[in-house]
Amino acid sequence: MSPRRRRRGPAAWACASLALALLSGMSHAAAAEDGTLDELMALLAQRRHGEADFQQTQYLAVLKQPQRSEGVLSYDAPDHLEQRTLKPRAQSAVLDHGVLTLTSGARRRTLRLDDYPQLAPLIDSMRATLAGDRAALERRFELHLTGDLAHWQLDLQPRDERLAAIVQRIHLLGERDEIREVEVQQSDGDRSLMIIQPRP
Amino acid sequence: MSSARPLALGVWLAGVAALALIIAHARFSADLSAFLPRLPSPAQRLLVDQLQNGLAAHLILIGIEGGDAAARAQAAAALRAQLSAQSAFASVNDGESSIQERDRAFVFEHRYLLSSAVSAQRFSVEGLRAQFQASLDLIDSAAGALALPLLRSDPTGETLQIVDQLDAGGDPHREHGVWSSADGRRALLLAETRASGSDTDGQAAALAAIRAAFAAAAPPPTQLRLLLSGSAVFAVQARDTIKHEVRRLSLLSSVLIVGLLLLVYRSGTMLLLGLLPVVSGALAGVAAVALGAGVVHGITLGFGITLIGESVDYSIYLLVQSRREPDSGALTIPPRLWRTIGLGVLTSICGFASLLPSSFPGLSQLGLFSICGLGVAAAVTRLVLPQLLPRRLHMRELAPFGAATMRLLARMRGFGPAVALLGALCALVLYTHRGTLWNRDLAALSPVAAAAQALDGELRGELNAPDISNLVVVSGPDQETVLQRAESVGRELDALVGRGEIGGYETPVRYLPSRQAQTERLESLPDAATLRERVRAATASLPLRPEALEPFVQAVESARHSAPLERAALEPTSLGLALDALLWHHADHWYGLLPLRADRSGPHGGDIDIGRVRAALAANPPGAVLELNMKQETDALYGSYLAEAVHLSLWGLAAIVLLLAVALRSPVRVARVIAPLVLAVLAVAAALCLAGVQLTILHLIGLLLIVAVGSNYALFFDRRSGEAASAGRQDLPLTIASLLVANACTVIGFGVLAFSHVPVLRDLGATVAPGALLALWFSAALAPRASFAPVTAAQGRH
Repeated sequence: MSPRRRRRGPAAWACASLALALLSGMSHAAAAEDGTLDELMALLAQRRHGEADFQQTQYLAVLKQPQRSEGVLSYDAPDHLEQRTLKPRAQSAVLDHGVLTLTSGARRRTLRLDDYPQLAPLIDSMRATLAGDRAALERRFELHLTGDLAHWQLDLQPRDERLAAIVQRIHLLGERDEIREVEVQQSDGDRSLMIIQPRP
Repeated sequence: MSSARPLALGVWLAGVAALALIIAHARFSADLSAFLPRLPSPAQRLLVDQLQNGLAAHLILIGIEGGDAAARAQAAAALRAQLSAQSAFASVNDGESSIQERDRAFVFEHRYLLSSAVSAQRFSVEGLRAQFQASLDLIDSAAGALALPLLRSDPTGETLQIVDQLDAGGDPHREHGVWSSADGRRALLLAETRASGSDTDGQAAALAAIRAAFAAAAPPPTQLRLLLSGSAVFAVQARDTIKHEVRRLSLLSSVLIVGLLLLVYRSGTMLLLGLLPVVSGALAGVAAVALGAGVVHGITLGFGITLIGESVDYSIYLLVQSRREPDSGALTIPPRLWRTIGLGVLTSICGFASLLPSSFPGLSQLGLFSICGLGVAAAVTRLVLPQLLPRRLHMRELAPFGAATMRLLARMRGFGPAVALLGALCALVLYTHRGTLWNRDLAALSPVAAAAQALDGELRGELNAPDISNLVVVSGPDQETVLQRAESVGRELDALVGRGEIGGYETPVRYLPSRQAQTERLESLPDAATLRERVRAATASLPLRPEALEPFVQAVESARHSAPLERAALEPTSLGLALDALLWHHADHWYGLLPLRADRSGPHGGDIDIGRVRAALAANPPGAVLELNMKQETDALYGSYLAEAVHLSLWGLAAIVLLLAVALRSPVRVARVIAPLVLAVLAVAAALCLAGVQLTILHLIGLLLIVAVGSNYALFFDRRSGEAASAGRQDLPLTIASLLVANACTVIGFGVLAFSHVPVLRDLGATVAPGALLALWFSAALAPRASFAPVTAAQGRH
C-alpha cells in the first residue's frame, strides 16, 4: 500500500484497504502479483482526468441480434464518471459521488448507486479501477492481475453470492494507466463488451 | 360591623376554596395555538389542523455542521442507524435510500394499478413498440443492468414510470453519499416522528432522542454541531420559553412589588392584607378562564402577571388613604374613595372587555382573566379588607412624601402647554410614519426567535422538505370523490408544470389512485392472447425476441384479474404514510392535499403565482377545490384581525368615554380625564415608532390598556378638583402618595413583561408600562389648578 494511495483516499477507505490488504496478503495473493497490483493501482491513481471513445456490444438473450452503441467516456478523479452515448440514440449517464444521473431527451433520472446492489458493482468497478481504488474493488471482488504494466489484464470475481448470482466475472484489459476493454459476463449468459479508444 | 365581619370572611373563604377547586381541575396548555387566530371558516380551521398535525408537523430537520465532510457523513450515518431503530421515529433519512426495498417490491407488484401511464393506447401495437424501444434504449445506458431484468417483465416501463412519479420531489445535493447543503458545509437528515404535531411531550422526547443519539455518534470533544428545526422544535421551544418566562417574570414582579409594599407598609400584616385582593383576583381570573375557555393557555398566566401590578392598587388606595380614629378606633375612609375606585375598575373592565370577542384565544383569555380578576380584587378590597384591618394601622408616615411629590407635580402643571405640544409632535411623527407603522406579518407574534425561523428556512430549502406555503385542497363527501377530483386537478396542474408556472406538485393519487382510475387502467389491458399477438407485431421491427417477453404477458394477465388497491394495502409501506399526510377526513367530509413546488428556474424565480394556479383551476366546482398561498392567507387573516383589534379598541375607548360621561356628568371633566391618557398613548406610540418598532396587535391592545389603566390616576386628580371646594384637604398628600405607589406597582407589573423573550408579552409590557407612567405625569400636568389648591395656597403663604 503506497503512501500516495493513503494520502488520496478518505480515512475510512484507507483503514478498510489496510485490513483487506492484510487479509488477502495472508490468504492467497502472491506477493509478486500484489506488488504489481499496487504498482498498477498507483499508476492508475495518478491519472486525474481522461477521455475516450467507446464502442459497446451487448449479447443478450432477449435480443435477436447483438446491440451496438457508441459514444464518449470521460473521467475525473476520483469519483466522477460520464458515459455519453451518441449512437444509436443520444443519452448520458453521469456518476458523481455515488449518485447516477441518467439523461435521455428531456427525461432525467437520479439513482443512488447504493440503492441498487445489482447495478452498483458493475458501474463502480470501472470507476474504482480508473481511480486505482484497490480497497473499493476488493470490497466486492477478488482481483487477479496478469501480464505486466504495459499490457495488463485484471479479472474481477464477485466475493459474495448475491453478486455472483448476477455477475460471473468482469474482465478488464489495459495498457499502463489506460483501460482498453471491459467485458462483463453475466451469470445468466448475457454478456457485454466495451472497447475503449483513448483520445489523444 | 361585628356581624358583618364573620359573614364577609365566611363568604370570602368559601369563594377562595371554590376557586381553588376549579383551578385544581383546570387544563393548562402551553402550545402555540394561543398565537394562531381562530379561523373563520371550518374548512380553513381544518386545514390549519392538518398542517399542524399533518406530515409537515411530523418532520424534524437535522443538520450537522463543523468538522470535515467525512466526519459529518459518518455522524449522519450513525445518527440514522441509531434513530431508525427507535420506535419514536417513523423514518429517518440521510439520503442513503429514498425508495426502500419494500416499497420497490410493492410498486413493482402493483405497477399496472399505480402507473398513471397505463392506457389502451399504450398497449396497442404502436404504443408497445414505442415503450419497448424506450426500454431498449435504457439497456444501452450505464443503468442497463437495472433495466435488463425489467425488460422481460415490465418492458413498457411502468415501474420506472411510478418511480418517476414518486421522485417528483427533487433530491437534495449530496456529499460523500449523504444529503448535504449546496455549499457542502452541512450534512442533512430528515426524521419523521410518530408523535403528532400537537403532542408536544412526544415531540420533546423525540428531540431528546436525537440529541442523545448525536452525543453517542459524535462524543465530545467534537467539532461537529447538531442543528435541529421543524415545527416540533418550535413547539417545544415555545412551550419551554413560555413556561420559563411565566415563572421567571411572575417571581420577579412579585418580589419587586412585595419589596415596594414592605417599604411602604413596614408591616408584614399590612403586606399580607394588601396582597389579599391580588391573590383572590388572580384565583378568580384563572378559574374564570378555566370555566369559560376550557383550557388555560400558559400565555394567559403570563399576561396575568400584569394583574398583580394592577389589582394591588385598590388595596393601596384603601390602606394608605384610610386611618383609624385614635380614640374610638373607628375606620375613616376618605369620602368618595369607593366611588373613584369603582369608576376606575369599571373603566379598566371596559378596556379589557373589548378583548373578549378577539379572534386570538390568548387575547380573549386575557380579557376574561383581567375582568374577573380586577372585579374580584376590587370587591375583596371593598367588602372584606376593611373588616380585617387591625386596630392600629402600622404604616410609614407617607404624608411628607406625598406632600413633596405634590409640590413636584404641581410644578408640572406649568408644563401643560409643553405636554400639549409634545402630543402634537407625537401625532405628527405617527402621521408621517403611517405607512410603516404596523407590522403585518403574523410571524412577529411567534414566540420562536427570528434566528430559529431563518435556520428553518435554510434547512427546509436545502432538504427540499415538503413546503406547505402553496397548496391546493380538494374536498368531497367521500374518499373516491376526493381522489377523482385530485386526478382531474392533477391534469390541470401538469399543464402548469409544462409551462414552468410551477415546478411540480404532490398528490394523494400518486400513492392511491381513485378506484375509477384503477378500474380504467385494468380495463385497458388486453387479454393474454391479444397481448401476445401485439407483442409479436410490435417486436417485428425491433431487435427484441417476442418469446423473451412471456413474463410480461403473464404479468399483465394476472393484473387483469386483480382487484383495485385499497388504502389498507399501503399501510406497511412508506407510501401509506405519505398518503396519510395528503388524504384525510373529518366527520363526513374528505380532504385531499396537493402541495405545490416552485420551479426554481421558472418565470417566477422560485416562487409561485397562486393567482395563475387559481385561474387554471377556475373551472372546478366552487368550494370543492381551494387554492391557497399560506403566507398570503395568514397575512390576510392577520390583517383582518388587526382591523378587528382596531375596531375593538375604538369600541373600548368609546365605552370608557361613555362611562366617564355618565359618571362625571360634565364634558369638560371627561375631556380632562381623557386628554392626558390620549397624550400618553400618542407619546408611547410615537416613541415605539421612532425606536424602529413596528406595532403589532399587542401594541395596539397595550395602547387601549394605557387608557383603561391610566384613567384610574386621571380620575383621582378629577376627584381632587371636584372635592376641592367642599372637603377637607389633610388627606391630599396621602392620596398623592397612594397614587404614586399604585402607579409604581402597575409599572412594575407591566414593566417586567417588557423584558420577556416572548414577543406578545414583551410588546404588551413595553407599551403599557411607560404608558401608565406617562398617564400619571400627564394627568398631573394637565390637572386643574384646584387639584393642588392647598399646596399652591401654602406656597403662596411662604
